[in-house]
Amino acid sequence: MKKLLMATAALALGATTAFAETKIGMITTLSGGGAGLGIDVRDGFMMAIAQSGRDDIEVVIEDDQRKPDIAVQLADKMVQSERVDILTGIIWSNLAMAVIPSVTAQGKFYLSPNAGPSALAGQGCHQNYFNVAWQNDNLHEAAGAYANSAGYSNSFILAPNYPAGQDALTGYKRTFGGDLAGEVYTQLGQTDYAAEIAQIRASGADSVFFFLPGGMGISFLKQYADSGVDLPVVGPAFSFDQGILQAVGDAALGVVNTSQWNKDIDNPTNAAFVESFQAEFGRLPSLYASQGFDTANLILSALDKAEVSDADAFREALRAAEFDSTRGDFKFGPNHHPIQTIYAREVVKEGDVFTNKIIGVALENHADVYAADCKM
Amino acid sequence: MSTLLIIEQVLNGLQFGVMLFLMAAGLTLIFGVMGLINLAHGSLYMIGAFAAAAVAGATGSFVLALAAALAVAAIAGALIEMTVIRRLYGKAHLDQVLATFALILIFSEGTRWLFGSFPLFLEIPDYLSGPITLPGGIQYPLYRLALIAVGLLVGLGLWALIERTRIGIQIRAGENDREMIAALGVDIRLLYTLVFAIGAALAGLAGALVGAIQSVQVGMGEPVLILAFVVIVIGGIGSIKGAFIGALLVGMTDTLGGIFLPEVFKLFMEPGAATQTGSALASMAIYILMSLVLIWRPTGLFGARA
Repeated sequence: MKKLLMATAALALGATTAFAETKIGMITTLSGGGAGLGIDVRDGFMMAIAQSGRDDIEVVIEDDQRKPDIAVQLADKMVQSERVDILTGIIWSNLAMAVIPSVTAQGKFYLSPNAGPSALAGQGCHQNYFNVAWQNDNLHEAAGAYANSAGYSNSFILAPNYPAGQDALTGYKRTFGGDLAGEVYTQLGQTDYAAEIAQIRASGADSVFFFLPGGMGISFLKQYADSGVDLPVVGPAFSFDQGILQAVGDAALGVVNTSQWNKDIDNPTNAAFVESFQAEFGRLPSLYASQGFDTANLILSALDKAEVSDADAFREALRAAEFDSTRGDFKFGPNHHPIQTIYAREVVKEGDVFTNKIIGVALENHADVYAADCKM
Repeated sequence: MSTLLIIEQVLNGLQFGVMLFLMAAGLTLIFGVMGLINLAHGSLYMIGAFAAAAVAGATGSFVLALAAALAVAAIAGALIEMTVIRRLYGKAHLDQVLATFALILIFSEGTRWLFGSFPLFLEIPDYLSGPITLPGGIQYPLYRLALIAVGLLVGLGLWALIERTRIGIQIRAGENDREMIAALGVDIRLLYTLVFAIGAALAGLAGALVGAIQSVQVGMGEPVLILAFVVIVIGGIGSIKGAFIGALLVGMTDTLGGIFLPEVFKLFMEPGAATQTGSALASMAIYILMSLVLIWRPTGLFGARA
C-alpha cells in the first residue's frame, strides 16, 4: 500500500530532524471513482499546514479506497501503532459511520472535512467529534428554500437509494413548500437516467431537484440536457463542484445549486486561498478543497491555544473556532456542527472554464435539526 | 401511466440492452473460446472511453474518436493477451481471476496517472444531439436511437462473422475442441489473440458510445462488467445469440422494473414506502431474473455446456 509520510518540517525547512509534537492521521479516498474529492480535501488541508510554517505537526495520509473495511483498518493502525492525536479526512458517510464512533470512544479527536451523517449529529454526537463542513441535510434544505423563493410549486425529486440519498430527499422536503410531482430513488452508481427523465417528462413538474454526487450527476446532466426536457434544475453543490463541471460541459450552464462555499465569497482568507490553491495546483479549488483548508486552519488555531494532550482545553479551543474561515464567519452549534449561511450558486462559464457564481443567499445562519437530540 | 411513456421506456430498455450486448459479446466470446474469465474486460471499456475523450478533445471529431476507441482498445487487448492472458489458459479459474483483477488495478491507476483523477469530457456530436419526435408524438433523444442502430448493426456483423466466415468457423471449432483444431493446423495462438482483440474492440466501442452520455472516469467499467457477467450467465456462456437475448432481457428488466415496480407497490402501500420498496426490489430484479433462468435452464438460455 502506498504510504505518504509528509513531515511538514521537511517541506518548510528541508530538515528531517525536527521532532513532530502533534500527529494528525488523514484517512481519505485517493484512488478509485471518488478520488477527486479526497485529493481536493488533502490538497486544501496540506496547503494550510504548509502555509502555517509550523514544523511540529506531522500528517500521516492513507488511502481508504472508498471501502469501509479498509477505513476501519487504517483507523485502528493510526490510533494503535502510529499513535496519532487527531483524525480527519473521510469523505463518505458510510465510511464515517464505520470509523468515527470508535475513534472518538478511544479518546481521539475527529474533525470531519466532509461527511456529516445525521446519526452523528443527533443522539450519536460526541464531544470529540467536530464537523467542519456541514450536516448532510443542510445543502438540500437550502435547495428546498431556494426552490420556494424561485416560485417553484411542483417538484420532481430524485436521489440514490442509500442513507445519504434518503437524507437528501428528506432535507429538501423539510423546507420545500410546494407539491411533489414525483419522488424517485435511483440505484447507487447508476449511470443511465433515461427512464427517470422519461418520468420527469410525463410528470407535469415545474422543477427538478436531484442529489446525484460525482459521476452520477455528470451522467444525469448530460442526458437531461440531451432529452429536450427543459424544466429548471436545482441541486446541492455535490454535482457541480469544480472537479466535475468540466466533464459536464454546457449541459450544466445556468443550473442553480446550493453550497456553503464558493470562490467568490468576499473575504481576504478566501481570496488568498483561491489564489494560492490555483498557483500551487494549477486548478481552481472545489468546495471540498475549502473544507480541507478550513479543517486544517481550525486545528492550527486550536493548537495555538492548547496542547492536544490537554484534551479539555483543546476541545474548548476547537469549539471556539477562532480561525479565519474561507466562508467568513464560522461557528459551531451545540452538536459541533457548523451554523452557517448557505448560498445559491449558478453555473457560469468564465473564459474556457466552467465554474460557479453566487446569486443569492438560500438560508441564513442555518443550523441542523438534529442538534436538539444531542446530549453532550 | 400513458402508452407514450411505456413506449419510451421500452426504447430505453432496448438501448441499454444493446449497449450491454457490446460488452457481453466480447466477454462471452473470450470465455467460450478460451475458457478464460476476464475481469479486465471493464478496463477495456474504460480505455475505449478515455481514448475517445482524448481524441475528441484534440480533434473535435466524434467519428475519429470512435475509430480511436476501437483501435486503442483492440491494441490494448492484443497486448495484454500476448503478455499476460496467454499464460493463463491452462491455469485454474481462480488464477485467471487473480491475474485479471490485477490488470484492473494496473489499468485504473495507469489511467489515473495519465489523465488525472477528475472525469473527462466527451460530448455528443451536434448532428446527433437533441431529441427528435417519433411517430405518435414521442420525443426521444436522437443519440439513443443511434446507439440502438449501432448496437443492432454490430450484432448483425458479429453473427455474420461467426456464422458466415472462415474465421467464424475456426472460432466455433475452437469453442468445441481446441486440441483438435490445433491439430488441424490452425494457428490457435493467433486465433486467440484475434478473438481477444475483437472482444476488446467491442468493449472499447461501447465505452466510447456510452461515455458521450455518461461520465468518463476511472472505474467506469466495473459496474458494467458485473451486468455483462449477468448477461452471459443468462444467455449461456459462449453463445453470441445468448448474449444478445440476455442483454435485451437484462436491459428491459432493469429499465422497466425501475419504473413499474414502485407503481405496482403503490397499489397497496403508501407512496413513500412504495417508492423505497419498489426501488429496492428493482435493483434486485435482474438477479432474480438470473436465478429464475438458472433454475429453469442451469446452463443459461443457449448454453452448450455447464
